[in-house]
Amino acid sequence: MSLFINAIEQGLVYGLMALGVLITFRVLDFPDLTVDGSFTMGAGITAALTVAGWNPYLALLLGILGGMAAGTFTGILSTKLNILNLLSGILTMTLLYSVNLRIMGRPNIPLLGQTTILDQFNSLLSGVGLGDYSNLIFFGIVLIALKALIDLFFNTELGLALRATGDNEQMIVAQGVNTDVMKVLGLAISNGLVAFSGGLVAQYSGFADVGMGIGMIIAGLASVIVGETLLPTKSFMWVTTGVVTGSIIYRAAIMLALRYGYNLGFKASDLKLITALIVIVALATPHVREKLNFKIGEKANLSETE
Amino acid sequence: MLHANNLTKCFFPGTPNEIVALNGLSIELSEGQFLTVIGSNGAGKTTFLNLIAGSLFPSEGKITLNGKDVTTVPEHVRAQMVGRVFQEPGMGTASGMTVAQNLVLALNKGHKGLKIGVTQDRKSALREELEQLGLGLEERMNERVTHLSGGQRQGLAVLMATLTMPKILLLDEHTASLDPKNARKILEITEQLVTEKNLTTIMVTHDMNQAIDLGDRLVMLHRGSFVADVNGKKKEQLTVDKLVELFSERNIVDDELLLTMT
Ligand SMILES: Nc1ncnc2c1ncn2[C@@H]1O[C@H](COP(=O)(O)OP(=O)(O)O)[C@@H](O)[C@H]1O
Ligand SMILES: [Mg+2]
Repeated sequence: MSLFINAIEQGLVYGLMALGVLITFRVLDFPDLTVDGSFTMGAGITAALTVAGWNPYLALLLGILGGMAAGTFTGILSTKLNILNLLSGILTMTLLYSVNLRIMGRPNIPLLGQTTILDQFNSLLSGVGLGDYSNLIFFGIVLIALKALIDLFFNTELGLALRATGDNEQMIVAQGVNTDVMKVLGLAISNGLVAFSGGLVAQYSGFADVGMGIGMIIAGLASVIVGETLLPTKSFMWVTTGVVTGSIIYRAAIMLALRYGYNLGFKASDLKLITALIVIVALATPHVREKLNFKIGEKANLSETE
Repeated sequence: MLHANNLTKCFFPGTPNEIVALNGLSIELSEGQFLTVIGSNGAGKTTFLNLIAGSLFPSEGKITLNGKDVTTVPEHVRAQMVGRVFQEPGMGTASGMTVAQNLVLALNKGHKGLKIGVTQDRKSALREELEQLGLGLEERMNERVTHLSGGQRQGLAVLMATLTMPKILLLDEHTASLDPKNARKILEITEQLVTEKNLTTIMVTHDMNQAIDLGDRLVMLHRGSFVADVNGKKKEQLTVDKLVELFSERNIVDDELLLTMT
């Protein structure tokens, strides 16, 4: 039971990161690898400032802003310096490793003994006997609120223009939109969400580590793909719902693999291998379905039928 | 309205692959004029439109639009004044988005705020516009554009390009990839919208008959320059034979173009 709850907690808190990945990879059609660095940045800034005695909310907010700045930087590399999208993200990710170490001052910051937002919320809920579920409820509220905001935003004029930028750049330029601005905006929002996730994960796991973002992009992609495969993609709201579901399923799969993998001789250090394997399987699945003609409805596509 | 002065466009200048796509081309269009541009493949027709829209900048020359020098104004800014339909139906619409969403993007050209895009009010206004096309699109407003036929997509693209009353409408062989029946329908729609809104229009075409039937002025583009300009009464009385005569007078032997006369 507690294993089950842990999986949902993680699915929710990493779900924020997966929604960020959705925005770049799927909406903007921009394979952004900044994620590994911006996740750590969110965690690092939050942890460093919390330890320095800052208000934990302010610490988290600055962590999010750090992520948004990282996304903006990648966007500028791509749009203003015309560096390849993939390379822009890798460059930012690489330089963030050093920047994050500078911010943190050391490779690992434990948060033991610090009062985090999660601790505050926990004491609040313990009063009404829900202490065991405080993380679950907190992450749930945050994720549902942000998902609703994202759904709303991507149905505004600006949000539609951002979607069109990923769909058909030539068309949206002809409709008077500066696509450079759209790309930078999308990358900033995406990496802000990723850093938000990182900041919360640091509080949840009780530390920030300079290596905690490694492979994050793959986990995010896995969630997006699992979500697209399992749930209908008939409107934006469905797609984001799918990503959140995908994130929970992905975390559950990782947990099961770690727990029962021991019997097969797996070690905790094999986690990245398992992660990559899960993604490969998930990536292969739509093709398998296509090949076997099991395709249900349209190809997963970020699109809309209301 | 439009004044293109001595436009030259050179690709890969100073290399062995140098291409002079436009070579000192000038034209002046007055308000409400409908110009058809004819010329064979590679003559520079699309490049000409790209320069006017701002997708490309000229190597030399100057473009004035509605009294403003727009020569170096970026495409997305110029788009306020320019409506454009491309050759491929896929190029003018976002395929993963709905008909209504596409139209909304065209509705608030350049001004994208945090208001909800597709509202009931807008939808009913857009529905009326769609009904006028006669393509049945008013019943498919919530469907993704990818589900539409080429003709329907191009009809939608024409409507989107004209929705905000552009100062100039650019049509680049926009019926060339459609079957004859759909091509005729899209031409009808184009003519209807252009007349109704009295739009200054440049229509590039591969098809001599189209160029003769539509518009009040015809120019012939050959190897990056205009080689003929037929206006007013002469344009009204233009026939394929007379056009061929123009060709031979100018010693233009162009098998491909002559083939399209039949
Ligand atoms: N973006 C570009 N880069 C390089 N060469 C180009 C580009 N656009 C057009 N050209 C070249 O310029 C010439 C004119 O092309 P284009 O304007 O497309 O002709 P048309 O539309 O009349 O068929 C062709 O030789 C073409 O290869
Ligand atoms: Mg062309």
